Amino acid sequence: MKRPNDTSSILITGASRGLGEALARELARRGHRLALVAREREPLDAVVRDIRAHGGEAHAIAADVGDKRAALAISGAAAALIGPIDVVVHNASTLGPTPLRLLLDTECEDLERVLAVNLVGPFRVTKALAGSMVLRRRGLVVNVSSDAAVSAYPTWGAYGVSKAALDHLSKIWAAELEGTGVRVISIDPGEMNTRMHEEAIPDADKATLADPALVARRIADVIARAAEVPSGARIEASSWQVAS
Amino acid sequence: MSPATWPRESPLEERLLVIDPRSGALRDARVGDLAGMLGEGDLVIVNDSATLPSSLRGTSARREPVEVRLAGPMEGEDRFRAVLFGAGDSTTRTEDRPPPPRLGEGDRVSFDAGLEAVITRVSSISPRLVDLAFNARGARLVTSIYRVGRPVQYAYVAGQLELWHTQTRYASRPWSSEMPSAGRPLAWSVMLEMARRGVVIAYLTHAAGLSSTGDPALDAALPLPERFDIPEATAQAIAASRARGGRIIAVGTTVARALEGSAAMHGGEVIAGEGVTDLILDRQSKPRIVSGLLTGMHEPSASHFHLLEAFAPPDLLRRAHAHAEEEGYLAHEFGDSTLLLAA
Repeated sequence: MKRPNDTSSILITGASRGLGEALARELARRGHRLALVAREREPLDAVVRDIRAHGGEAHAIAADVGDKRAALAISGAAAALIGPIDVVVHNASTLGPTPLRLLLDTECEDLERVLAVNLVGPFRVTKALAGSMVLRRRGLVVNVSSDAAVSAYPTWGAYGVSKAALDHLSKIWAAELEGTGVRVISIDPGEMNTRMHEEAIPDADKATLADPALVARRIADVIARAAEVPSGARIEASSWQVAS
Repeated sequence: MSPATWPRESPLEERLLVIDPRSGALRDARVGDLAGMLGEGDLVIVNDSATLPSSLRGTSARREPVEVRLAGPMEGEDRFRAVLFGAGDSTTRTEDRPPPPRLGEGDRVSFDAGLEAVITRVSSISPRLVDLAFNARGARLVTSIYRVGRPVQYAYVAGQLELWHTQTRYASRPWSSEMPSAGRPLAWSVMLEMARRGVVIAYLTHAAGLSSTGDPALDAALPLPERFDIPEATAQAIAASRARGGRIIAVGTTVARALEGSAAMHGGEVIAGEGVTDLILDRQSKPRIVSGLLTGMHEPSASHFHLLEAFAPPDLLRRAHAHAEEEGYLAHEFGDSTLLLAA
């Protein structure tokens, strides 16, 4: 795997705000080449402009990871712009309709859409990138998870089940890719002061929420020393240790 | 030979005709048997280029329909070589399509999503072969091509292809106008089995161009010069394999072209780095690097068939073709495979 001062080609989804944006800024500062994906072009273009103004390299790919046709456009455009991808961070996700609701009140189509964005999208994009990583004998796939993947919180059904499945997907990828040089990990970034958190829990005490810029720094550290993290591991923000 | 008209369900079940150029033996096998034919000391080299959706439908300034097929990137990130097609679509054979409107230097073609291209040069080979400059570059251009473009397809294909039908399972940078199709049946179960058996798998990137245009003058000039990139690790693996006398198996004619092209430019050695090759392999060629070739099923009339003559005697290839025809092997990019390899 790479030494921390090497630069990599990194693809980040959900990069127009919140944790994805903070992670893009942090990884750009560390000299990596970035392909950034988000649904809405304007906020994404603004992030790219700002990273470039600070001397970083970033490119905007406006796409919806929940769209079946988007996966190969994302992987192809990213490799065209920054070369073969070394690291992908699947950060984009949707809560489904908010306010969050009981499973008995959840439309089946809403569950399908949450799974399309949070589970099937990351699978498609990983599938489009990981073969080339295996040929190059190096690569890192980071799936951004949540404690809702582990705990069964009422009203978090669609989101929680998508993240639990994503965690398990990480483990199966890791088992199948063992010995190839390609690693797959999950990171639970904890509760952060982001728009997504605001939508999920509007009355949360903001003082208890982490700053996404600080969390981004910890995730960038994990990426830099990924060779020390066992593939298939789940890393939790509560300790930044590998969960047992 | 009949064409395969659509991607089939299981690549492992697709047929593999094994031709031994030394003994002249022919053997009917399946793609799933491939790993068992290779082992320690063999080096397999694939082309990791992804396939662009290179067919862009647009209109001329006079509102005539024009289909632009991107034939390869040029110097400068907004420039491409392209072949123009007229009205109609891929359900008509390319040779039966009406010619495109006559477009010259400075003429503009407009596509969806605000994408435009200006013709900067018309080739002396055919007025249908042009250089284009787009009105966008970088991420804007690449994402627009993915939005507007469709994969190139031919009249024998039974439905409209999606981009995922035209990718290998290890594709990376989208340099190819058409799928580097020899690698299409290579499932990862086959490749990981090869690796377990001690086969070294390496890669290069080669911009596979258009295989047919329907324009006789242009088709006679194919393949056009194509760009390639050979990684340092692959050049080293080739040198190590040659030093111990191992077999080097190219997956696809594009890989053979890149490796022999690089060797032709560098006194018989494959050197890491980017290049452009105009090398055309045929009966007269003496391959210096490639000892085996995994490829599709090729008709004796096609330029690919002449390339095979660099690796096996013409009468053996004709016998293999007759055998494949009789046994019902399927041709073209979704068809069956041939392995030319001495035991």
